[in-house]
Amino acid sequence: MTILPTPAPAPWGSAGAAPLLDVEDLHVEFRTRSGVVNAVNGVSYTLAEGETLAILGESGSGKSVSAQAIMGILDSPPAEITGGKIWFEGRDLLTLPAEEQRLVRGPGISMIFQDALSSLNPVYSVGFQIGEMFRAHRGTSRKEAKQKAIELMDRVRIPAAAQRVNDYPHQFSGGMRQRVMIAMAIALDPRILIADEPTTALDVTVQAQVMDLLKDLQRDTGMGLVLITHDLGVVNEVADNVAVMYAGRIVERGTVTDVFSNPGHPYTEGLMSSVPQVESDGGRLVPITGQPPNLSAIPSGCPFHPRCPRRRLGAQALPGRDCAGDVPPLRLVVPGREAACHYSEEVLGV
Amino acid sequence: MSEDVAGSLPTPEDVLPNVPEGAPLLEVKDLKKYFPLTQGILFKKTIGHVRAVDGVNVSLRRGETLGLVGESGCGKSTVSKLLVALEKPSDGQILYKGKDVAKMGGRALKQYRREVQIIFQDPYASLNPRMTVGDIVAEGWSVHADIAPRKGRLQRTQELMDRVGLNPDFVNRYPHQFSGGQRQRIGIARALALQPEVIICDEPVSALDVSVQAQVVNLLEDLQDDFGLSYLFIAHDLSVVRHISDRVAVMYLGSIVEQGTASQVYGSPSHPYTQALLSSVPVHQPALRGLKERILLQGDVPSPANPPSGCRFRTRCWKAQDICAVEPPALVDRGQGHPSACHFAEAREVVPVDVE
Repeated sequence: MTILPTPAPAPWGSAGAAPLLDVEDLHVEFRTRSGVVNAVNGVSYTLAEGETLAILGESGSGKSVSAQAIMGILDSPPAEITGGKIWFEGRDLLTLPAEEQRLVRGPGISMIFQDALSSLNPVYSVGFQIGEMFRAHRGTSRKEAKQKAIELMDRVRIPAAAQRVNDYPHQFSGGMRQRVMIAMAIALDPRILIADEPTTALDVTVQAQVMDLLKDLQRDTGMGLVLITHDLGVVNEVADNVAVMYAGRIVERGTVTDVFSNPGHPYTEGLMSSVPQVESDGGRLVPITGQPPNLSAIPSGCPFHPRCPRRRLGAQALPGRDCAGDVPPLRLVVPGREAACHYSEEVLGV
Repeated sequence: MSEDVAGSLPTPEDVLPNVPEGAPLLEVKDLKKYFPLTQGILFKKTIGHVRAVDGVNVSLRRGETLGLVGESGCGKSTVSKLLVALEKPSDGQILYKGKDVAKMGGRALKQYRREVQIIFQDPYASLNPRMTVGDIVAEGWSVHADIAPRKGRLQRTQELMDRVGLNPDFVNRYPHQFSGGQRQRIGIARALALQPEVIICDEPVSALDVSVQAQVVNLLEDLQDDFGLSYLFIAHDLSVVRHISDRVAVMYLGSIVEQGTASQVYGSPSHPYTQALLSSVPVHQPALRGLKERILLQGDVPSPANPPSGCRFRTRCWKAQDICAVEPPALVDRGQGHPSACHFAEAREVVPVDVE
């Protein structure tokens, strides 16, 4: 990471319509003994106040790594942010010195993870861990921090908060632990909450409770929510906009209603037809053939082309649009919809 | 384990009678499994029991898929372990082809173990990392030598690999050289190697990515058609279960609360727990977003060490009345078209109907 001494000016004008978060052309690679793994290859997105943006992708698509880059929690080495900008509150986070990054991110952006049990420290009470946010960032006294922890536990609907504040993580159920994590995340009223597969480890009834809680909190605080998930159902029920990731790139972006009703990228289309739906018996599933790509040897051209049923190679392709040779840029296909496919119009049927 | 000494090959003829058409192949009657809770270090004292499985009745016919759904801790995986005789039931019976498995011995038990196979959830933990794929698939034949003559084993292994969609040239590779989906295929080939009648699928696709999950689901369906297999498909993903199952049983805290065909259980669920469960599953079609009534359950699942009296679900049920605390409801049809273990069972549409 290159550290520049002066913060760059905000790329947008007045604060009015400015997005909360603006990620520009982010690149992350992992330098391992067996070669360079290109985990994120030019990801750009913005997040507005009160917006829920879902980042949808399978394992290895780079959805978590891009979020970890925003949070500044990538393990470096082996991870290396090799390019891009992350604009937050008018500053490029990647150019700030480490200590300043911490001061900006700490109260401004927070994150919750899939596995709440391993994200909590087993030897401290949950009240102590929630209160730590206030002690570390606000210099609050222990007593006051505990009081605030109880208020937060109430807010995330943990029953009998005052009695449970001194309990340890193992004494809580999975859903309750995730609530503790959420309490810690919202403690300092962040502008942005990044939720990395927050309900994947939970049962469906608990998942519904936790997603409801997140939505209510968002309505109350107006924070922006980045929801990282592989579950199409969760995206459909919770998110406003969706960015579909494949092999470290965003391959399609638009409102959930648009993208799910009529996908504009063959990968999105493939995902939709390979997942059984609870609302219908459905016919036979149509899986995407093959395996997700190895990130240290991403296919040339469109990274999805070896698995794509609509690919056009060589003579079949239009000039400059050979799926195996030319990388399709993420482009505006129809108003409000971007897709990284040479033949997206065909996929959309427009 | 089998009492047969390796080398003295049993005749290939089956010991167990074949079941008549339409009769259940596998029948579970009032199955119970209690795990003791102990206290003390040197002298262990039993202070209670975890009632993991408490009175389960299901049956499986030939060529049928029975889906068993429930949330974590409901006992569905214990049922699978009991069925492949990895655990001994505390009470109740498992009848296979009309014979009680607990009373089987020698050749009958050996045949049972061959004909009832299992596929596990975690394709990473369920394959021995020090064995090649060929050895893993062929391992069962060292006990059940009559299935594959010693000479043609390599060829048979490669046929099986081809059948489940693995490159037969990879027969000498080790599990770590395969992806998750491919490993699950190895597990399926291992189960198929013994020419089973029944395969217990314990969350076979939960650990896989969605695009790969569909490949494995389709493979399981194809194999069922080709070999006439019966599946007990255990999963917590209600969408996958609806897709693959002919009949579905819903479990809560060790017992079955509702049972019926997939369209009965999903289309007109009648037990409050099934209704709550289905109402929590997110729908995939934007047009259906927000149309669904969400039933949010209060509180957590009670401890199976100390389940509530009467109906187990009553502590979280909005319909609960005095009778629910006294009398456990039987799993019977109360006029809603399929069995449901609720005194006040009433069919209700929870999942919005497909608009397409």
